[in-house]
Amino acid sequence: MESLTNKRKVIESKPLNFWERAYLPAIIQGLSITMKHFWKKPVTISYPEQKREFSENFRGMHSLKRDENGKERCTACGLCALSCPAEAITMIAAERQKGEEHLYREEKYAAVYEINMLRCIFCGLCEEACPKEAIYLDGDIVPPDYLRKDFIYGKDKLVEAPLNQ
Amino acid sequence: MGLADIIIKLILVVIIFAISLVIAMYSTYAERKIAAFFQQRIGPNRAGPWGILQPLADGGKMFLKEEIIPANASKFLFIAGPSLAILTACIGTAVIPWGQSLTIGKYVIPLQVADINVGILYIFGVVSLGVYGVMIGGWASNNKYSLLGAIRAASQNISYEISMGLSIIALLMVTGTLSLKEIAEQQHGFWSHGWFTWNVFRQPLGFLLFIVCAFAETNRTPFDLPECETELVGGYHTEYSSMKLGFYLFAEYINMFVSGAVMATLYFGGYNFPFMHHLGLSDNLVAILGVIALFAKIFAFIFFFMWVRWTIPRFRYDQLMDLGWKVLIPLAIANIIITGLWITFVK
Amino acid sequence: MSTFYFIAFLSIFFSILVITAKNPVHSILYLILTFFTFTIHYILMNAQFLAIVNFIVYMGAILVLFLYTLMLINLNKESEPRKSNLVNIAGFIGGTCFLITIVAALKAFKVSQPVILHDPNLGLVKNLGKILFNEYLLPFEVSSILLLSAMVGAVLLATKDPKTA
Repeated sequence: MESLTNKRKVIESKPLNFWERAYLPAIIQGLSITMKHFWKKPVTISYPEQKREFSENFRGMHSLKRDENGKERCTACGLCALSCPAEAITMIAAERQKGEEHLYREEKYAAVYEINMLRCIFCGLCEEACPKEAIYLDGDIVPPDYLRKDFIYGKDKLVEAPLNQ
Repeated sequence: MGLADIIIKLILVVIIFAISLVIAMYSTYAERKIAAFFQQRIGPNRAGPWGILQPLADGGKMFLKEEIIPANASKFLFIAGPSLAILTACIGTAVIPWGQSLTIGKYVIPLQVADINVGILYIFGVVSLGVYGVMIGGWASNNKYSLLGAIRAASQNISYEISMGLSIIALLMVTGTLSLKEIAEQQHGFWSHGWFTWNVFRQPLGFLLFIVCAFAETNRTPFDLPECETELVGGYHTEYSSMKLGFYLFAEYINMFVSGAVMATLYFGGYNFPFMHHLGLSDNLVAILGVIALFAKIFAFIFFFMWVRWTIPRFRYDQLMDLGWKVLIPLAIANIIITGLWITFVK
Repeated sequence: MSTFYFIAFLSIFFSILVITAKNPVHSILYLILTFFTFTIHYILMNAQFLAIVNFIVYMGAILVLFLYTLMLINLNKESEPRKSNLVNIAGFIGGTCFLITIVAALKAFKVSQPVILHDPNLGLVKNLGKILFNEYLLPFEVSSILLLSAMVGAVLLATKDPKTA
């Protein structure tokens, strides 16, 4: 049969000659290869002390953004929760009271906003869905913990630090 | 033998015992570090600076782990197995000449526990006894994988002991003595009568055979079939946990140390180093330097054991047997004949 | 002398355990101990070479093979063949004959003259080798030929006949 590509190589299996059968030259060759690697620089990055640079489109921990005046952008529309394939996001909306204009940008805001980091698959659909550009997955790797309840991140961990601090 | 002699011997025994245990301990650390370097990693580096306390952490872990004796195991033999393994590993150090005699005041301290005139055969006997620890432990576990590991260990050790013995015979024909002390003394210095004094230059093939057999006898890669994970779960120590497992692993490293010492003594001049008596140093200083030289050689062998482990994959079982019976034994016999001819016609 | 009696007692004790042990593997292990006491006997008689050869060959090789075989065939109570009456009768007759022989031998018991060696260092390697290869060269070589023929026989038995296979 004619081959479709010319990539096929005919492999000859010749019987081993004496030196190949004698093991030793091959073993010495192998030893020299490993010895070469012995002197090379380790490629390890000792993680907690050193960190490998993240790629530009790395998706890490979520953060809820503030606008240029330091007001929370989130308006608790629930689109992120709706778009979330892992159903990791829940929120409770509340109405902005008088005197809270410097805290929340819109008239409605999220009183409670929780993301279950054990459910989250870091797909980034929430940031795609957000009409207010309020949520971004621009944080670090989610740190480990011992209890499941500690992986449910509330607003205390998610909202960006206020501007004036 | 006076009281002083006995005390000196006892101190020597304790020192050698302690040294071999410490070396075995740090061999586990060295193994992991060296493996890491061969694979361009860093290796253990958390316990202490550069991970130097890692063996202590491992030992502590081994002691604190739960001790499991399987319900249907033969309890006495289950405990006897690892004990025997580490015992046979440790008693091999008794006949190794660690250095020339030290002279302190009126006491002459020979740096060898027992200079028996069948030293090599003693080592050989201890090595052949070493397999019992593995066999008894493997059988007593009442587990088919352990049993298969034990059986593999037995047949492998028996097969390679033969070629090991034959390669030693060729060496004995050259040296004419069975005492390790005398063999070490014969290799004094490095060069005399127009040829190297070290036996490796007189018995290169014998040394090659011996080192291959040493790998097989210590169950090191590429001959670590008794504990072959891919086929036998954990081999003979599948059922072992806690310090009893630790004893088996420890015994392997002590065996490595002892076989390094034996190879250094038999083939690489023991405690001798080049120009040892042309430096103009006092005898005691030369003796101490000799001990250091011997340990350097031993460490080089231990490094070689590890180097090979991280280079060569495991043999298949039939290949192992083929190599032992069809290659090494005929080569060893040929080596004996060549040595005999050389002694008769050249010497 | 007390060392001798102690070791002799141990030899007999372990050899009785060999034949009374229920489990064949245990009985091999007792046999190993018995051989070990023999090694000590040889050392007491200043026969270092014999001691170490007994150690290597019997303890280190032959008994390993025994143990190996027993482990492979895995003897236990269920697989033990039923002994027929004929075997029992034969065993009884054989045992009685042995008993009579021993009793007769005890009757003729006299305190034997201890063998006095001309050379107490006969057991050392050098002397033993010289004697073996000078005075007793012929028996030595004949026994080696016997061993060789046994080996050839074993190989012949083990290899399959190409015609019948």
